[in-house]
Amino acid sequence: MSTPTDPAVADSPKTASAGAFPDGSGVSGEPLLSVRGLKVHFPIRKGVLLQRVIGHVRAVDGVDLDVGRGMTYGLVGESGCGKSTLGKAVLRLVEPTAGTVRFNGADVGGQSPESMRRLRRHMQMIFQDPLASLNPRQSVESVLSEPLRTHGFAGNRSRRVRELLDLVGLPAGAAARYPHEFSGGQRQRVGIARAIALNPELIIADEPVSALDVSIQAQIVNLLEDLQDQLGLTYVVVAHDLAVVRHVSDVIGVMYLGALVEEAPSDELYAQPLHPYTIALMSAIPIPDPEVEERRRRILLTGDLPSPVDVPPGCRFHTRCPFRQPTRCAEESPDLREMRPGRKVACHWAEEIAAGTIRAAASAHDPTATEVGTPSS
Amino acid sequence: MSLSQAETVAVVPEETGGSLGREAWRRLRRNPVAIAGAILVVLFVALALLAPWLAPYPPDKPVGQVTPTSIPGPSAEHWFGLDDLGRDEFTRVLWGARWSLIIGVVSLLLGMAGGFLLGLLAGAFGGWVDSVVMRLVDMVLSVPGLLFAIGIAAMLGSGLDAVMIAIAVVNVPIFARLLRGQMLAQRRSDYVLAATSVGVRRRRIVFGHILPNSLTPVIVQGTLTLATAIVDAAGLAFLGLSSNDPSIPEWGRMLADTQRYLSSAPLLAVFPGLAIVIAALGFTLLGESLREALDPKYRR
Ligand SMILES: Nc1ncnc2c1ncn2[C@@H]1O[C@H](COP(=O)(O)OP(=O)(O)OP(=O)(O)O)[C@@H](O)[C@H]1O
Ligand code: SF4
Ligand SMILES: [Mg+2]
Repeated sequence: MSTPTDPAVADSPKTASAGAFPDGSGVSGEPLLSVRGLKVHFPIRKGVLLQRVIGHVRAVDGVDLDVGRGMTYGLVGESGCGKSTLGKAVLRLVEPTAGTVRFNGADVGGQSPESMRRLRRHMQMIFQDPLASLNPRQSVESVLSEPLRTHGFAGNRSRRVRELLDLVGLPAGAAARYPHEFSGGQRQRVGIARAIALNPELIIADEPVSALDVSIQAQIVNLLEDLQDQLGLTYVVVAHDLAVVRHVSDVIGVMYLGALVEEAPSDELYAQPLHPYTIALMSAIPIPDPEVEERRRRILLTGDLPSPVDVPPGCRFHTRCPFRQPTRCAEESPDLREMRPGRKVACHWAEEIAAGTIRAAASAHDPTATEVGTPSS
Repeated sequence: MSLSQAETVAVVPEETGGSLGREAWRRLRRNPVAIAGAILVVLFVALALLAPWLAPYPPDKPVGQVTPTSIPGPSAEHWFGLDDLGRDEFTRVLWGARWSLIIGVVSLLLGMAGGFLLGLLAGAFGGWVDSVVMRLVDMVLSVPGLLFAIGIAAMLGSGLDAVMIAIAVVNVPIFARLLRGQMLAQRRSDYVLAATSVGVRRRRIVFGHILPNSLTPVIVQGTLTLATAIVDAAGLAFLGLSSNDPSIPEWGRMLADTQRYLSSAPLLAVFPGLAIVIAALGFTLLGESLREALDPKYRR
């Protein structure tokens, strides 16, 4: 009974990928999701009558990433670094300023409204704030049957709603209830049920547990993993904390001020972080062994997180980097380059830092030092 | 059997339970200001509706002897006394309530409808439609409301309909801006993004999701606007911009008519004046406490 009946759609996503898209790609081997040079800049306007643009919030500032079918890509970064915006831009829920997103070979940016609507069926989002993601005036039944209705689901809708509730571990009685009648975890289950209603291939889970009680978080993470196994989902899981994505991700991307600074297979990233920002993030995670914890060097970052309106020139991390060098760092922007197979890093000095020939400046006692990786909220 | 099915959770209504509306209703009932406002509003509306049956005399015929120097004050037969033409003042104040309510409600509905259409256009489409509508609205709002209404009423050539249209026009931009702001805020909300993401069409998003969640402040504003509409109508009538028909007693014109007798019969100004204040106060108190009750900031 673990296979749910196929929803909505006569052409299931799997068959659609074989060549239903205009350019006929979607050949195996190509990643399910491929993002190139993605930018989202929000204009800042001023003035009453004639609104002048006086600057831009560079929320996402040139991101490349690939996510293979069935994989889980973990996206980590401090609050405000553009994770949610990146997720929404990939699904075209906000309009990107530049760059391309290819899903299953199809160019997401080049779709007409109606073909975009149909394409959306295959890529869904789970939101950061479960309450805000549900219309307060909509019963769960209505939330879950809406996707089915708009895509012309042929079967029995209320049976499919029960089935979805069952999949996410909610009782059938939840259908008649309204969002405010649920706890946070239950609301997120409703959000997850909505996301899987159309049997998508890709789900972007934007901090799916950060708004929830710690005691509930593991349940939701487990649920997401179970659903991945049952439904063959591909995930992009967003978190502001490495600890959350560690166990679920195959590949982790570390984001700083709108750009990826490091990308690596999950276990390798933990074994040896290469980018100074990742090194600092990692040193903020407490280690269960008290002796190791005692001896370990914590790398604290100095200075405030720069505003995405004024991204520092050169390396975007240079204003806070404990490994900063007098040359290159402040002038030359490092590309995200493949240092070793599978290991990408955007730092001019990654080799030297890995080899230990460049050490972190002693900033541990700097009173202005701030710890990263802890949620600011 | 999967893990997620094994850990099925019971649905527990939270402490704050009940629907949003019911919760607001509970807060409203406990608020003395709301109750005071509601009592005044109910009183005003009841008197206005029942004026023809409650009024002891005809509103437009003299029922007693008056001269400019002796205008009888309150008595057992004439509770509020007689006016300068010998008509029963109590009767006229009652009928005045009726006309205030009619003018207030009609101009409110007209203004709301206009503002609703403009706000809906701007809020649903955004972009240049929004810019054009909002520049228009900003321009109109930069002129003081009553002054603008006087201009329009004078232009339309005074009369009841001129007053109602003038007040409606003044309120159009207020409702337009309010609805548009609400809709734009909702448009960016996660549940709207979620609906877009599952493929809900634009029209259904606007009418099924955004609009229903944008209406609460419009209703609150409507209650408050009724208060200003009543005051504005009285103001226009005071300036002689309303109907000249003596069978239509209006509080504003009653005030104007009694100016000459302020020294001999000051109460003739007090009664309609008080009536205006009470009616406007009722709607204001009710509107403000509605706003408070519905505002999520005050939710506990
Ligand atoms: N619609 C918008 N208009 C202008 N600026 C925006 C908009 N949406 C987001 N931003 C800005 O873009 C930056 C990135 O926001 P985003 O929500 O993507 O960050 P995030 O990494 O998801 O943060 P968090 O962990 O707090 O959710 C922030 O500085 C935010 O203020
Ligand atoms: S390039 Fe320089 S400033 Fe940037 S991360 Fe590397 S060492 Fe630090
Ligand atoms: Mg976010």
